[in-house]
Amino acid sequence: MTAGQFIERMQSGLWRENPGLVQLLGLCPLLAVTSTFVNGLGLGIATLLVLTCSNVLVSATRRWILAEIRVPIYVLIIASLVTCTELIFKAWFPALDRSLGIFIPLIVTNCAIVARAELFASRNGIVASLFDGLGMGAGFALLLMAIGFFRELVGEGSLFAEFDKLVGGDPLAGLVLVDGGWLLAVLPPGAFFSLALAVALKNYLDDKRKPARRT
Amino acid sequence: MIPRTAKGGLTLAAIAALCATLVAATHVLTTERIAANEQAWLERSLLPALGDVDFDGSITDSRLTVEPPHDLPGNEPAIVYRAYSAGTPVAALFAVTATGGYAGPIRILVGIDVGGAVTGVRILEHRETPGLGDGIEASRSDWVRQFDGRSLGNPPAGGWQLRVDGGEFDQLTGASVTPRAVIKAIRETLLYFDAQQAEIFDMPAGAEPE
Repeated sequence: MTAGQFIERMQSGLWRENPGLVQLLGLCPLLAVTSTFVNGLGLGIATLLVLTCSNVLVSATRRWILAEIRVPIYVLIIASLVTCTELIFKAWFPALDRSLGIFIPLIVTNCAIVARAELFASRNGIVASLFDGLGMGAGFALLLMAIGFFRELVGEGSLFAEFDKLVGGDPLAGLVLVDGGWLLAVLPPGAFFSLALAVALKNYLDDKRKPARRT
Repeated sequence: MIPRTAKGGLTLAAIAALCATLVAATHVLTTERIAANEQAWLERSLLPALGDVDFDGSITDSRLTVEPPHDLPGNEPAIVYRAYSAGTPVAALFAVTATGGYAGPIRILVGIDVGGAVTGVRILEHRETPGLGDGIEASRSDWVRQFDGRSLGNPPAGGWQLRVDGGEFDQLTGASVTPRAVIKAIRETLLYFDAQQAEIFDMPAGAEPE
């Protein structure tokens, strides 16, 4: 039962209801920080952490919370979790914190998190909400990483550069495939194009898998 | 029976208290590490601009703030760090703001030794275009290293410009606005140091020069 539920939630978060690809939630951080893979990974981990904890807390307190005050309570829970995450990043991943800058505190405004609290965690048990947070968070994080990977490859001609932000130590150049790249990919328009390509790819794969009903 | 509004208020208060405790606990656990990180980061970002100058103690202890209006570049407070060896001044570091960049102010760090020669220049903060103007960062190109060892007389006044403008310094591919702003700021800092050198080194840490 639990295993089945886990798989079902993961499938939903990673693919069927992916917060970025299908629900198109949390686009602001998604578009803003994905100029490199490491930035995408960092914000992905932070969002996954906040989303999972907020789902669990919202689900755990759902019996005592009146409908009228549920939104302020979600905001309170999410804001506290984000503040803690920011402090933890500043203490253990200072370089990554510097590079993600304002987007860590802005996780508060990521509508994917409030949406999961309202749509799922407030109506389901703690374990199911935990799985939902993990699935949705992983779906969002993987999309951030995929777009970061693509934009870094096309825009800078490198892969996994600046990994020292995550693991500390000396600056790492990553895999430099070509010197320089197509600049547009790392500029803001590149973010929109990359997301559009990702959404199109997902829709194409879905269509292909589903045998055409008409004709 | 408690009224509904009171119940709501109490729940809200309880959850607020819980959240505040969580944040406070994390804060207590991380404060020390965060302060140490900030200090380490500051020192690490300052040292490259001092080149191979030898000095005693921690560079951050000799901090001075120069409030505007001043003759340094920019209209914001400038920060000066002094380096001494056995009580004798050896070099000064200026954190100044270059204006005239492509996208907002550029915070730069200029190190100058007592002889008036640049020991190093580093960019602290900027919002120039990725792939073009960001070549001023030492991690992205060697552009900023061409100022090492330069001084007011080397090159003479007219040479403190880009080659395209008739000066002696290289431009960056695709960007000339950003390098111009940086060169101008470095020269203005050198001029200030030339005029104020004695006062800068005599000032006790934390004081403000005239």
